[in-house]
Amino acid sequence: MATRVLDQHQVPAAAHGEHTGLWSWITTVDHKRIGILYGATAFLFFLMGGIEALLLRIQLGTPDNTFLSAERYNELFTMHGTTMIFLAIMPLSAMFFNFLIPLQIGARDVAFPRLNAFSYWVFLLGGLFLNVSWLFNAAPDQGWFGYANLTSRQYSPGMNVDFWMLGLQILGIASLAAAVNFFVTIVNLRAPGMKLMRMPMFVWMSFITQVLLLMAFPVITVALILLMFDRFFGTHFFVPSGGGDPILWQHLFWIFGHPEVYILILPAFGIISEVLPVFSRKPLFGYAAMVFSGVFIAFLGFGVWSHHMFATGMGPIADTFFALSTMLIAIPTGVKIFNWIGTMWGGSLQFRTPMLFAIGFIAMFIIGGLSGVMHSEPPADLQQTDTYFIVAHFHYVMFGGSIFGLTAGAYYWWPKMFGRMLNERLGKLHFWLMLIGFNVTFFPMHFVGLNGMPRRTYTYPAGLGFETLNRIETIGAFILGFSFFIFLINVIQTWRKPRNAPADPWNGATLEWSIPSPPQEWNFAQIPVVHGRDALWETKREQGRAALPEPPLVSGAGIHLPNPSYWPLVSAVGVASTFITLMLLGHDKAGPLPVIAAVALLFFGVYRWAFEPAG
Amino acid sequence: MTAVAHDVPHGLEHATATGLDSRKLAIWTFIGSECMFFATLISNYLVNKGRSLVGPYPHEAWTSPSGEHFKPILEIPLVTLGTALLLFSSLFVVLALSGAQRGNRRALVGWLGATIFCGIFFVGMQVYEFTHFVHEGLTLKTNLFGASFFTLTGFHGTHVTIGVIWLLTLWILGLKGKIPPSKSLNLEMAALYWHFVDVVWIVIFPVVYLIK
Repeated sequence: MATRVLDQHQVPAAAHGEHTGLWSWITTVDHKRIGILYGATAFLFFLMGGIEALLLRIQLGTPDNTFLSAERYNELFTMHGTTMIFLAIMPLSAMFFNFLIPLQIGARDVAFPRLNAFSYWVFLLGGLFLNVSWLFNAAPDQGWFGYANLTSRQYSPGMNVDFWMLGLQILGIASLAAAVNFFVTIVNLRAPGMKLMRMPMFVWMSFITQVLLLMAFPVITVALILLMFDRFFGTHFFVPSGGGDPILWQHLFWIFGHPEVYILILPAFGIISEVLPVFSRKPLFGYAAMVFSGVFIAFLGFGVWSHHMFATGMGPIADTFFALSTMLIAIPTGVKIFNWIGTMWGGSLQFRTPMLFAIGFIAMFIIGGLSGVMHSEPPADLQQTDTYFIVAHFHYVMFGGSIFGLTAGAYYWWPKMFGRMLNERLGKLHFWLMLIGFNVTFFPMHFVGLNGMPRRTYTYPAGLGFETLNRIETIGAFILGFSFFIFLINVIQTWRKPRNAPADPWNGATLEWSIPSPPQEWNFAQIPVVHGRDALWETKREQGRAALPEPPLVSGAGIHLPNPSYWPLVSAVGVASTFITLMLLGHDKAGPLPVIAAVALLFFGVYRWAFEPAG
Repeated sequence: MTAVAHDVPHGLEHATATGLDSRKLAIWTFIGSECMFFATLISNYLVNKGRSLVGPYPHEAWTSPSGEHFKPILEIPLVTLGTALLLFSSLFVVLALSGAQRGNRRALVGWLGATIFCGIFFVGMQVYEFTHFVHEGLTLKTNLFGASFFTLTGFHGTHVTIGVIWLLTLWILGLKGKIPPSKSLNLEMAALYWHFVDVVWIVIFPVVYLIK
């Protein structure tokens, strides 16, 4: 690999846009900057979620522990789950959507740059809203699934549930706005020749994810609205004493919740489908099968929600249907796994850090997938449900899957995002510590789970045979946490060094490697024309070269770019204030006037935005 | 991959991969997502309307334990009139758009005004209906029919209200001559949204008012 150390003076400020300073970040509409904002914010939330997990593990490390009270434990596991799903994995995926989709399809930005900024600000404010609950000693404590009756005003009179219910509503707005944006971007802004079946696999999986977001989030939006009406305005949708049905909540939640699982994993599928071919020096095996299995997974994802509800007693017909539809999903997932293996088969494997994480993903995801097939069987599920077996399963797919995939992506695209190569030795140390720590933490959970240790319970008595394995799990959790400390050291060390990343450090196959690292504000000096899949490999082959010459930095004169704007931020503040004032209204701390004022602020922001020249 | 001079930056250009304007595609995408929003609300109504523990009921009379008599609460003739006007407004907005595309400002402002009038009438009808129900003793808290009825029709009414505000903004722009044929897409997007809101009502009206 040819590395080239760029002189600091060789890279003009314009390499990252002409503007610098805080204001330029607040008003930015550049998809690359917004991507970096998403990544930095989500990583901080990820660390918070990780610290919450470590506190839970300290509590469970010894039997009859009093390190945490039952109440605090409930808050921590609720916020750990909510944070990791909505504030870490989803926005980390959004970082890659933002940074990569325009680059990989050969566009200069997303379709709606200001809407993109709006999504980020709403996400940030939603995340802060959820976490401000800690300051009021009222963190959500009902579990990330928010089952009725735990959420009813009768059993949860405080603001804990409201922070969760309204916080998720805010985050949902951010996700929906972003989903519309990326859907349109992928459909409409592809460079000439970038046909659908030539798109990089990451773009395909992102595209499917946007469709899932568009279809699944409205359902949770309505469910949360109904819950809000129950809690604030005295309806009885989920209150049995008024004729309501708590099970309805479970249906609505999981009709959203199961597609949500694929929203969390498909971007990681996309990432490793980019990493594996590059480090195997072979095109992705079975491209079309990969696309269609992704589509099939997403489609089936809407027909399996009740496998989360076998324990509610739905009867043999519903149980059978949902068991079969769930097992069916193993087929397209298996197709994907064999195609990844097929990609590596006979390739010239290069075990660089991103590749290690991608291979780790495959191995860990297979384990998580297999335990998933196990509890698609209702009789087996009844034994496993609400035990640590389930905790083991979903951490193997969410951490062993999503986080391994996202980390592979971070190492792979770091040079493109920041113009600096992350240290390989520290990267490999991170990988091995993470792989070992992860398995030491979660593998024993299969056994304590099958032996009957219930999840969501703050402690367990001595003498049930849970002590040793729980002690080991806690040690594993700290190894896992330490692996991310190594990552942080790597990031800080790399940051202090001058830019050293060439445009194409890995001999990449996709368009983002054809432009300087980091890309200039306008991405492509000239919009590329695409003649096939793996567009950059195609060019190298046509020109008969192993590597292309370093692309020159060019002046952006004459390239039309969108204007910066602060109205997306104002509108996002309008959204957040609407929900804050609703909270006050719901607890009789304020009348409807503040809500009206907040909605007026939102309208004001949107109007100024609509009438401002987009540039 | 070869590079060609092709200087169009982002969503504002006309040369998109599909040839469709990105803003129009975005409205369609949003409408697709909104289908799931209303599908969930309608399902919630269907699940809950028969689960009321007490009256008043939509289609049956009810006598309370204290002997109070309640008629079937729905006012079908009034709502039918509102429905008819809302459906006609979909035609009017098409005529307004056609006016905008032809550069006929009188047609644009006139038909758009008619659309807005129908929208306001519909919202007014709903405000009357809601107030009437509360006077009759049906609130969000009374029973599950009330709760799911108010949520479903209330969120539809909110959509109509937002549509009226959007169309009013465009009407003022139209009066000032700021919707030339080259910008008729601004009206077309609002019109697409307006049609969608009407289509949703075509489902809600029979489900709530006609089917017993």
